[in-house]
Amino acid sequence: MAATDTMRRQAVTSTGTAEADPTKSPARRLRYAAGRVLIYGTLILWAVICLFPIYWTVTTSFKIAPDVMRGHLIPFFDYTPQWLGWRSLGLSPDRLGEVSTVRDEFLKRFTNSAVTSLSASFLAVTLGSLAAYGLSRFSYRFGPMKNQDISFFFLSQLILPPVVLALPFLVLYKELALLDSRIGLILLYTLTVLPIVIWIMRDQFSAIPVELEEAALVDGLSVWGAFLRIILPIAAPGMVAAFILSLVLCWNEYFFAALLTSTDAKTLPVMVASQTGSQGINWWAMAALSTAAIMPLIIVAIALERYIIKGMTAGAVK
Amino acid sequence: MPAAITKEGDQLHIVGADDLPESRKRTGRWLLIAVSAFLVGLFVLQALFRAGATDIGFQNWRPVLYMFVVWGIALGVAQVLMRGELGKRALFVLPAALFVASMVVFPLLFGLTLSFSNWNLSSLEGRSFNGLDNIRQMWGDPFYWNALKNMVYYVVAVSAEYAIAFGLALLLSAEIRARKFFRVVFLLPLMLSPVAVSWMVGKSMMEVRFGPLANLARFLGWEQPAFFSNPEIARATIMIMDAWTFIPFMMIMLLAGLQALPKDILEAAKVDGASAWQTFWRITFPLMLPVSVTALLIRIIFKLKLADIIINVTAGGPGGGTDSVTSFIFREYRDRSNVGYGTLLAMVYLVLIVIFMLVLLNVIGRVMRRQDQGAP
Repeated sequence: MAATDTMRRQAVTSTGTAEADPTKSPARRLRYAAGRVLIYGTLILWAVICLFPIYWTVTTSFKIAPDVMRGHLIPFFDYTPQWLGWRSLGLSPDRLGEVSTVRDEFLKRFTNSAVTSLSASFLAVTLGSLAAYGLSRFSYRFGPMKNQDISFFFLSQLILPPVVLALPFLVLYKELALLDSRIGLILLYTLTVLPIVIWIMRDQFSAIPVELEEAALVDGLSVWGAFLRIILPIAAPGMVAAFILSLVLCWNEYFFAALLTSTDAKTLPVMVASQTGSQGINWWAMAALSTAAIMPLIIVAIALERYIIKGMTAGAVK
Repeated sequence: MPAAITKEGDQLHIVGADDLPESRKRTGRWLLIAVSAFLVGLFVLQALFRAGATDIGFQNWRPVLYMFVVWGIALGVAQVLMRGELGKRALFVLPAALFVASMVVFPLLFGLTLSFSNWNLSSLEGRSFNGLDNIRQMWGDPFYWNALKNMVYYVVAVSAEYAIAFGLALLLSAEIRARKFFRVVFLLPLMLSPVAVSWMVGKSMMEVRFGPLANLARFLGWEQPAFFSNPEIARATIMIMDAWTFIPFMMIMLLAGLQALPKDILEAAKVDGASAWQTFWRITFPLMLPVSVTALLIRIIFKLKLADIIINVTAGGPGGGTDSVTSFIFREYRDRSNVGYGTLLAMVYLVLIVIFMLVLLNVIGRVMRRQDQGAP
């Protein structure tokens, strides 16, 4: 059975290679070319769908009112780029040297976003990696809960919608004087990304062979010594992936920030959302602000794409 | 997901045979008892102060929070003192477990009491229990039921996202040039802040007078392109915008699945003369089922939290046509600042989600088992 199978396969392979050669038959060549055109056409179409909104945002930030109203698309060709939008943020070249309250406001929001998202991601990766390592290596018993139950307890937080926690936290934070503070936001953001970090890191740690630690323990390292000196360096790429994914989620978070912050700790997304003036929307200013809000992550995405992909695919493929 | 939870890596087995002196264990025990007593004492004191029974107390609850952190550290130290090597191992999981428990379990219990009370934060009256009034109000609240109905539509829309994401993943795994370029470009929408997307896509690009999407729609023959005036169209538009940001997520997961497929089976199918269509439905798709299920589950979980785009673009309108539960509760709180009713709605939503996820996991488990048995 197996022998006939291989024979048939060999036989077909020889014809198959002949068929796969597109120069042999004109009809096949045509079909191959049509397939290529279709594939690349779809790819380019989707690339345009992905890029055009970003292009629109960036170009609109260089328009003035009439350009926006006429729906001009291409800079230099159908309109002359102006610094109007960036000037309203105090970030245009002519305003950079001067004192500007709008720029201070923008920078404050930007710093808030950066501080909260970086700290929350750092905290989540620290807590999450420790927990994930423990769960992948030792067996625990916390009362009736064993490893599987503890893992489930952590991961099940993922389905908790933020709205369930939002209002209780509003009241609790008021009592704790944490309302409108960065620390309050950092704690909540850590909570929301922690299950994702644990999910990624469990996958990472279980891929590392136990023999490494066993050897380290024989050499006289303690459990924590083995973890810090042997395992952490190996798991570092996974931790970077978890960190970046957390960063993306925290930087873009809007719901908690809109409810729990007002003046001091307001983050960039909340600032973007509250840009409606009394005379309608200044699209150029809005576009400049949006550009500033999305640029950091676009740069991160382009520079660290493989980590993001690593993070998102952890645990999906086995 | 259940399969992913039950899977465990190799475990590190160490015989923790250390004899701890009785005095050390005693120290640990007393430390824990002392700090716990202090924490409880501080809590009771502050509660009494708040109730007006004593004059001694703090302006807010923050000192109790600090004491809780101290208690957490003491708990860790006590573990090491009392249980030695085993305690050191517990220190890996303890911080995260304590953090999640205090950040979720306590607020949830607190939320449960909130949801049976009437508490307007902007009035001076404070909280008053109102029993089942909130539930009665919810029962007669057409907007809440409407928001739940919309969530069903939104979740169903995930299937279309899945189809597109699968198609894109297939394209990216085909033999193409500049694969890395396309992958980065396709990933970008996921990086964008939903708020920025709401304003620049939802409000600017779809603006009736000058938006490029409105112009495109006019060019394609839609005379009066109004994306948000009719509930059905508005809902579809929200779905499309949300899909646009989240398709990359599913696409990346499916792409990883496609790249991990055993090459020899696909080769064999090609050799046996199967067309691309047959290969996909008979081989690729069934083999991709586990990855698809994970991707869909995570996507549905994220979809159930949908709010940012709705809050910023339509604020639930027109006539509640686009409301999600989260955006509805957000507005309910913004307009009336009544935390009691909003919390009850959120709690009911949580219960519904848990039931839905349990049923879904159960069904998926059965289908997957049948699939396994069906395969030779």
